[in-house]
Amino acid sequence: MKNCTITIDNKEVTVPEGTSILEAAKKVSINIPTLCNHPDQTVKANCRICLVETKPGKLETACSTKVRDGMTINTVSKLVRDTQRGVLELILANHPQDCLKCIRNGKCELQKLCEMFHISKSNLEDEIDALEKDESNPSIVRDHSKCIKCNRCIEVCQEVQGVSILSHAHRSTKYCITPAFEKKLVNTLCVFCGQCTSVCPVGALYEKDDTEKVWNALYNDNLHVIVQIAPAVRVSIGEEFGAKPGTKVTGKVVAALRRLGFDKVFDTDFTADLTIMEEGHELLDRINRGGTLPMITSCSPGWINYIEGFYPQLLDHLSSCKSPQQMFGALSKTYYAKKLDLDPSQIFTVSIMPCTAKKYEAERKEMSSYGYRDVDAVLTTRELARMIKSASIDFLNIEEENFDEPFGITTGAGVIFGVTGGVMEAALRTVYEVVTEHELENLDFMDVRGLEGIKEATVDLNGTPIKVAVAHGLSNAKKILNQINEGKSDYTFIEVMCCPGGCIGGGGQPIGSTMKVREERIKGIYDVDKVMPLRKSHENPAVKELYEEFLGQPLGKISHKLLHTTYSPRSEKIDFDYLQWNNEIALTEE
Amino acid sequence: MNRTVNIISKNFKKYNPESIEEYLELGGFEALKKAIEMGPQEIISTLKTSGLKGRGGAAFSTGRKWEYSANVKGDKKFIICNADEGEPATFKDRYLLEYDPFKVIEGMIIAAYTTGSTDGYIYIREEYKYLHNKVRKAIELAEKHGFLGKNILGSGLNFNIKVVSGAGAYVCGESTALIESIEGKSGRPRLKLTRTSKQGLFGLPTLVNNVETLAAVPPILEMGVEEYIKYGTHTSKGTKLISLCGNVNKPGAYEVPFGITLREIIYDIGGGIKDGKQLKFLQLGGASGAIIPAKLIDIKYCYEDLEEHGASVGSGAILVADETNKVTHFLKSVQDFFIHESCGKCTPCREGNRQLTKIINRFVTGNASVEDLKTVEKFANVMKYASFCGLGQTAPTALLTAIKYFPVEFYQQIDRIRKTS
Amino acid sequence: MDKFKVDQELIAKIDRILESYDYDDNSVVNILLEIQSHIPENYIPEEVAKYVGIELGIPTSKVYDVITFFSAINDKPKGRHVVQLCKSSVCRLNKYQTIRDVLEEELKIKMGETTKDGQFTLRYSACFGACDISPAFRIDDKVYGNLTKGKIKEIINTYRGL
Repeated sequence: MKNCTITIDNKEVTVPEGTSILEAAKKVSINIPTLCNHPDQTVKANCRICLVETKPGKLETACSTKVRDGMTINTVSKLVRDTQRGVLELILANHPQDCLKCIRNGKCELQKLCEMFHISKSNLEDEIDALEKDESNPSIVRDHSKCIKCNRCIEVCQEVQGVSILSHAHRSTKYCITPAFEKKLVNTLCVFCGQCTSVCPVGALYEKDDTEKVWNALYNDNLHVIVQIAPAVRVSIGEEFGAKPGTKVTGKVVAALRRLGFDKVFDTDFTADLTIMEEGHELLDRINRGGTLPMITSCSPGWINYIEGFYPQLLDHLSSCKSPQQMFGALSKTYYAKKLDLDPSQIFTVSIMPCTAKKYEAERKEMSSYGYRDVDAVLTTRELARMIKSASIDFLNIEEENFDEPFGITTGAGVIFGVTGGVMEAALRTVYEVVTEHELENLDFMDVRGLEGIKEATVDLNGTPIKVAVAHGLSNAKKILNQINEGKSDYTFIEVMCCPGGCIGGGGQPIGSTMKVREERIKGIYDVDKVMPLRKSHENPAVKELYEEFLGQPLGKISHKLLHTTYSPRSEKIDFDYLQWNNEIALTEE
Repeated sequence: MNRTVNIISKNFKKYNPESIEEYLELGGFEALKKAIEMGPQEIISTLKTSGLKGRGGAAFSTGRKWEYSANVKGDKKFIICNADEGEPATFKDRYLLEYDPFKVIEGMIIAAYTTGSTDGYIYIREEYKYLHNKVRKAIELAEKHGFLGKNILGSGLNFNIKVVSGAGAYVCGESTALIESIEGKSGRPRLKLTRTSKQGLFGLPTLVNNVETLAAVPPILEMGVEEYIKYGTHTSKGTKLISLCGNVNKPGAYEVPFGITLREIIYDIGGGIKDGKQLKFLQLGGASGAIIPAKLIDIKYCYEDLEEHGASVGSGAILVADETNKVTHFLKSVQDFFIHESCGKCTPCREGNRQLTKIINRFVTGNASVEDLKTVEKFANVMKYASFCGLGQTAPTALLTAIKYFPVEFYQQIDRIRKTS
Repeated sequence: MDKFKVDQELIAKIDRILESYDYDDNSVVNILLEIQSHIPENYIPEEVAKYVGIELGIPTSKVYDVITFFSAINDKPKGRHVVQLCKSSVCRLNKYQTIRDVLEEELKIKMGETTKDGQFTLRYSACFGACDISPAFRIDDKVYGNLTKGKIKEIINTYRGL
C-alpha cells in the first residue's frame, strides 16, 4: 500500500493511504475533538465538530476525510477553533443544561467537549425542544430533548441489532430520532437490549434507574434482601471505578454488596450451572425423542424479545429453560425460602445484570412461581456502581469477600455464560460427558470462542456428529433464523446472545463498551474460568445437592414448574398493567 | 432591443412537445446522429472546448465530468437528469421540460453514449407533477422511434429512461440526496467517500447532470463548438438560461449570452422595474445566492465577474427587488425557506438555521441588538464553513452579502422599537 | 379523530400500486405518493404505512422517515383538495399576502387549516417554481398564477363539490 506524507500542525507524519485525518493526527499525539464518531461504527460526519483546515479557508471533517499526499493540515487555526466552538455553541443552545442532574453527569461526551473548549458565555438564545420523556417500559428511558442527533443509536438499532425500531424522521429543527409514528418504545417491537444506551454520547438514552427501589427494600426491616450477580458484571464493574476493562473484581463486588446491606450475596453462575443441567438434558431429550431441532438457547432476554416479535413461527425452537436470573429467582422464593423458613413474601430478590432487557424479563407475567415474582428488582452494572458510589465505598481498595452458600458455589462453566459462545461451551462440556460417559480431555472449545458474528463447531457424541452454532448480535441471529425458516439449517443446537460479544457487551454495562473493551472483558471471563477448581456444571456439588434435596432430576416435575417457561408471539401493543403490581412491593414501605 | 439568443431555447413554443415528428422536423436527434459519428472521445473534447459547465449551480466542467464517467468501468451505469429545480426564483428547467422535452432526452442519450451508461432517470420535482406524464410520453415516443431501447441507431448503445418523482424536498437537488431519494429513502445527503461517478445510485457508477446542462449538449454538437463559443466571454463561454422574476415587468425564462450586463438583462430583456420604481437589489442564483445592490448592475453576467463581487451565476435565477423592499424583511423570507428545507442531519445547518431565524426575526421586528449583528454573522460563517452539504453552506449567502452591501439596513433595525418609543 | 379504517377496497388499490412498481422497495417514495392520491384525506395513515412497510420489507420506522421527510407526503389528514400558496422570497416581493387574504376569506379558514366539510386545506408552499407568474398558488397538481381577486374565486369555485 502507498504511503502519504502529510503535515499536521507543522509536524510531518507518514501514514498509509486511506488513513483518515483523525487517525493520522493521533499518530502525532493530536486528538481532534469528535462527537458523532464512534470507534465501532461507520463514519457519519454529521456533528461537524472535528473540522480541520486542509487548505487556507477550507474546512473538512477529520473523521471522514482521507489523507492526501502532501496535505497540510491545521487543527488549531483561528478558523478551525472559531468554527468548532461555534458548532458546539449551536448544539448547546438546543441542549438542556441540567448537567448536574443528568444521569450522564461526568460521563457525557458533550460535557467533555464543553470542558475542553472552555465554553462559558454564548450570545445564542437557547431553544430546547420540550419533548416528553419515554419511560413506558421497564428497561430504557428515552429523553430525546437531550438528543444531539449523532445517529449512533440508529446504527446500533438498525445495523447491529437489525430491529430498526429507531430511525431519523422529520427535518430541520423537527429532525429527530424516533420509533415510527413517535410511538413509545413499549408500543413497538423494541427488544430492550439497551445497546442504544451504551452508544449514546449524552443522556438521551439510558437505563431505567431502579436503585431507589432497591434502597427502599434494603431499608425495610421486614424484608430479607438477597442479591445475585451475573457472570459478566465481575469483569466490567471495575471500569466504573477506574480499573482496566476485564479486571476481575468478584470479591470486591461481594464485599461492596454486603456493605450496602444485602442479607446474602449469591452468584448467578450457580443457576447458570443449573441451566446447563436443565438445558443439556432438554437437548438430549429433543434429540432422543425427535423434538424440534435445532434447539436454541433462551437465557438472553433481548433475544427472546426478538424471536417473539420478529420470528414467532420459530418459538418452538427455543429451549423452555428460564434464564439463570429467573431460575435463581424461582429458587429464592421456594427452595431457599424453605431452607430459611421464611415466607416467600419476605424475600426480596435483587439481581445485578449487565443487561437492560433483564429488567423487562423480570417483569414478564410468566416469571413468577407459586404467585411470587421470581426476581423483584434488576439493577444494571451501571446502577450498582451508582449505589456503591453513593454509599461512599472505596471500591478498588475494599477487601475481597466470598459469596454466601449455597448459591455461591459455582464452576467455570457458569462464569463463561457471560461471553458469546459460553453457554454453548458450558453445555458441550456437560452434554459430552453425560452422553459419552468419558471425561473430556480438553475443556476449551476454541471454535465457539471469539468475536466472529457466527461461529460453528461439530462435536462427536458417541459417533454422532452434532453441529452447533453460536450467534451474537441480533443481525447475526437473524441470518441463522432465516436458514431455519427456509428449512436449510443443519444445526442441532444454537446459542444466541442478543448483544455483540455476549453479556459482557450488554446494554447495562459501563459506558464505553467498544469492541476493544469487549475483548478485554472476554479475556477476563476466560481467565476466571481457567482457574476455577471445577469447570463443568454437572460437577457443581451444590447443584447436585439441589437436585437431591429438592428438584429430583433435570426436567422433573418441580423443574418444569419452577425452571421452565413458555413464550408467546409479541405484537406491537403490550399490556403492561401488571407492572404496577410489582412496583408496589418495594415502594409501599419506606 | 432583443438581447436574448436562441440556442438551447431555439425550439421553445415552436413545436408540439407531444409530437416527435415535429421535433424531428426541427432537426431533432441530428445531434445524436452526429455524436455517434464523432465517438465518445471527440464528444468529450468538444465539450471541454465548449466550456460548458454544470448549469444547476455547481458549475463543474461538463466535459471533465463526462470524461470521469466514461473512464469508470461497469456493466450497469446510471445517468440521472436532475430536474429537481427547487431553488426559489428558478424555473428555467421547467421551460425545457415543458417546451422541449425531446432535447433533454436527446442530451441524455448522448451522455449515455459517451459514458457507456445503461439506465437513465429523470428526477422531476413533485411540484412539476403536471409535467411528469408529458415527459413520460416523450420518452415513450422516443422509444417507439428507436432513439431509446436496444442498439440505438445501430450504435450498440442500449439505454432506457425512467421518470421518478421527487416528493417535496429542496435538498434533493443535491446529488447524493437525490440518489437517496431514488433509492427509496428520505433524501438526506450522504457522505461521499468516493465520487458519485464511481459509486452513486445503488452503489454503481452514476453521472448526475442538470436539465439545462444536458439540453445544451445537442445544440453544441449540432452547431459546432466553434460557433457556440462565439457566444459568451473568454472564461464563461456560450449561453445561459436565466429565470428572471420579481419586481420586473416581463418575468420569464430567457437565454442570454454570458457577458451581457445585468442592466441589459433587467431593462432590455425584462422591461425594467414594475410600476416605474427604482431597482434596489438583486438576488442572483436563487435563495442560496448573493444579494447585490443596484449600483453593481453594470457588471457583466458571467462566472468570473460575478465571483469578484461575491456572487455567482448559480442556477441562473435573477430576482429583482424594487426600492420598496426592506433587505431585512427579504432575508426573513429567504430564511423561512431554508429553515423549512434543511434536512436536519448536520448540526450547523439544523441549529444554525434555527438561530439565524430567531435573530433575523428580531431585525425584522426592530428589536435586535448590536450583539445580534455580530452573532448572526458569526454563525452564518459557521454554517458556511461547517455544514455537511451545499444547502447549509450556501443558506447564509444572502445574509452575509446583505450585511456586506446593506449594513445600514441592519443598524436601522437595532433597537428601533426602543428608540422610537 | 377516529382511527383510520383500512378497508378491502383500499388494500386492493394499494396492492395494485405495489404491483405496478414490482414491489420494489426503492420506489417507496413514489409508491407512497401514489397511494396518498387514492386516499381522500390526502395522507398516509399509520396502518397504511405499516402495510406498505411489511409488503416491501422496510421497517415501519423508515417508512415513517420518508413520510415525515418529504413535504408532499402527509402524516396527518388533509382536505380533499390541498391549496398551496407560495410564500417564497419571489412571491413575497410580489405580495403573496394579498392572495392569502383572499383565499382565507373565500375558504373561511386560516393558513394551515382544513374546511369543516373536509374539502380544502390551505397551506403554504416553500416554492413550486411558478416565479414567472408570481404570486401563485397550487390546487392539487395544478398551478395558478397572475392572480386577481375575481380569478381566485372563480378557480376555487371550480373545485367545490369536486
